[in-house]
Amino acid sequence: MKLTGAQILIKCLEMEGVEHIFGLPGGVILPTYDVLYDSKIKLILTKHEQGATHMADGYARATGRPGVCIVTSGPAATNTVTGLATAYMDSVPMVCITGQVATTAIGSDAFQEADVLGITRPVTKHNYLVKDVKDLARIVREAFYIATSGKPGPVLIDFPVDVSRAKTDFVYPKELSFRGYAPEREPEDCEAQIQKAAALIMAAKQPCLYVGGGATASNAEQEVRAFVEKTGIPITTTLLGLGVFPETHESSLRMLGMHGTHYANYSVQNCDVLIAVGARFDDRVTGNISKFATKAKIIHIDIDPSAIAKTVRVDVAVVSDVKKAITRLGRQVNDRRGEIREWLEQIAEWKKKFPLKYDTKAKKILQEHVIDKIGELTRHQAIVVTGVGQHQMWTAQWYRFEKPRTMLTSGGLGTMGYGLPATIGAQLGCPGSTVVCIEGDGSFQMTMTELATAAAYKVPIKVFILDNGYYGMVRQWQELFYKRRYSGSVIGPTNPDFVKLVESYGILALRMKTPKDVVPMIKKALAHKGPVVVHCVVAPESNVYPMVPAGNALDQIMDMA
Amino acid sequence: MKHTVAVLVENHFGVLARVAGLFSARGFNIDSLAVGATHDPEVSRMTVIAQGDDKIVDQIMKQLAKLVDVIHVEDLTGNDVIERELVLIKIGANAESRNDIMHVVNTFRAKIVDVSPENMTIEVTGSEGKVDAMLELLRPFDLREVVRTGQIAMGRRVELKTPAKRTVKLAPGQAAAKRNKKSKKK
Repeated sequence: MKLTGAQILIKCLEMEGVEHIFGLPGGVILPTYDVLYDSKIKLILTKHEQGATHMADGYARATGRPGVCIVTSGPAATNTVTGLATAYMDSVPMVCITGQVATTAIGSDAFQEADVLGITRPVTKHNYLVKDVKDLARIVREAFYIATSGKPGPVLIDFPVDVSRAKTDFVYPKELSFRGYAPEREPEDCEAQIQKAAALIMAAKQPCLYVGGGATASNAEQEVRAFVEKTGIPITTTLLGLGVFPETHESSLRMLGMHGTHYANYSVQNCDVLIAVGARFDDRVTGNISKFATKAKIIHIDIDPSAIAKTVRVDVAVVSDVKKAITRLGRQVNDRRGEIREWLEQIAEWKKKFPLKYDTKAKKILQEHVIDKIGELTRHQAIVVTGVGQHQMWTAQWYRFEKPRTMLTSGGLGTMGYGLPATIGAQLGCPGSTVVCIEGDGSFQMTMTELATAAAYKVPIKVFILDNGYYGMVRQWQELFYKRRYSGSVIGPTNPDFVKLVESYGILALRMKTPKDVVPMIKKALAHKGPVVVHCVVAPESNVYPMVPAGNALDQIMDMA
Repeated sequence: MKHTVAVLVENHFGVLARVAGLFSARGFNIDSLAVGATHDPEVSRMTVIAQGDDKIVDQIMKQLAKLVDVIHVEDLTGNDVIERELVLIKIGANAESRNDIMHVVNTFRAKIVDVSPENMTIEVTGSEGKVDAMLELLRPFDLREVVRTGQIAMGRRVELKTPAKRTVKLAPGQAAAKRNKKSKKK
């Protein structure tokens, strides 16, 4: 039987197991939306295409399954760019389908035409233009395979309207073939490198594990935990690695980097063997690269060969899936607690001397206080989604994550406005979980239009707007490095009344103004069955510490007086 | 240091843009890039001449290899390599200068491919060094137009074989189902 391109596309998505599609319709994608109308796949209609991409992203990070969006051409497609770049930087599997003008009109500057392939090439793992309906089923299968295999990432399919109307026999490909793409292929010397790594670890007196988002992507939390518990080697995680290892565990050093703990940063700077696992030595992690872990031999385990030796020298490189590599490495090492006792004692001393702290007697609400209590009241089990800024770093410091895929945040690209839409996507993917959004007033206002989506589908998200009236992280840098000249960072006077705004969408809005409101309001929000937004009026000029100013070595740390 | 990198790619539309875009996005400088089909109609071969220290070239190679449409990347630098470039040179020539130009052409075993009363067109093939040397000698004459193909290179001993297609068998929705199971486990 012959099917149209639009029918084939939706059929392929159904066969991939897609349950939700995020997007909104427009001219050239109409044939596809017409077929979607009869599909069992649920359309989540967003108010903006950027929102659709962040929802698909949040859905993917929370569930591990690829998020899917379908939008129209031109401005809709260009609106997806920020969401694609966010997902690309953090290796999130997504498939984004954009409508395109008819193949016969491509290149003619037609209405709502944009060179989407060209525009999205640097922000996708791969992208396709479907020129012939006969290629469509194969392309969709390839897109899902590429998005989810190896180092995951977003894949875009540009879908011209005439191809969506053209008919062909539907043949669902049972296999795919590639000449170059071989994400599971390990280099021949992989085993030899693992043995070298094991030998280094066994000789180490001051070893330290540094684990990133690659461990989450590889679902390696059990293997990482087994490795740590077998060896006793202390472990720090990156922002994207939060939750891979429980932060309440005695071996946890918590997060490292610009706003990491003293003890994580000191451990990395003083270790003699650094075992980097699914992490890429981002500049926010390493501080001044020339002064990074100078005494250490570096072992780097990563599925992406191009991540290795990109910014730091590496002594042993294991190009492999994290789960496989850490399992194999674990077999070749044993309990090191005896050999590294002095090192563990040193770390315990740092932990005692430099705990994370905030002023529990402050007169105004501190963001740390709100996040600390959200952590307690959700027993560290909720899925937490953040925007970007001070509140993001405080969330990383104060929530204390225990489970993987519970910290969803734009780490690489640092996309303000990621929070609200990603929270909606995560909640739709995990309907049984408590999903909490922690946003700043600045970041929230970038995508708050998606409140309408939360209301429309009654998505029971718990949103906390930590309102300090500033682009807080910008203000912090201006306070510290620009003589308190708050150029462009003051937004309080023009902020809306968030409670009125939220109520106008028919969503429950709460407000906390003093520290004694914090616990009752969080409890009230968590107990509410539907979506709820809590406006938290927090201390306006408060800084995130510890802080390693850009350009400093990782152990040159500023802290509160 | 100058590096000669051979890249086998899928003969698809848009692949050249991907490769070129990668160089510009990562801030790598290309001296020349030549591309054409191979004996396998599905495969094209590019020769990229790029400048950079070993670390930069290492990144170039890895980033190229990461592209889905790239089949194989090989750094031919330091190998025994045959390098060739084809150049067409249009030069203003009259009865007075023609003999002198012919002398240069013969010295470099180049060919005259077109002659008119006012000018002549020369075709020369060779390594970059030979071509540069010849252009240097022709510079005092009335050079009108020069077009170079960019270098292509082939190893005398190293052979770039196109690997067979690797087949991935997938059950319907396997990518989603596999992850589904895992996420349920926790």
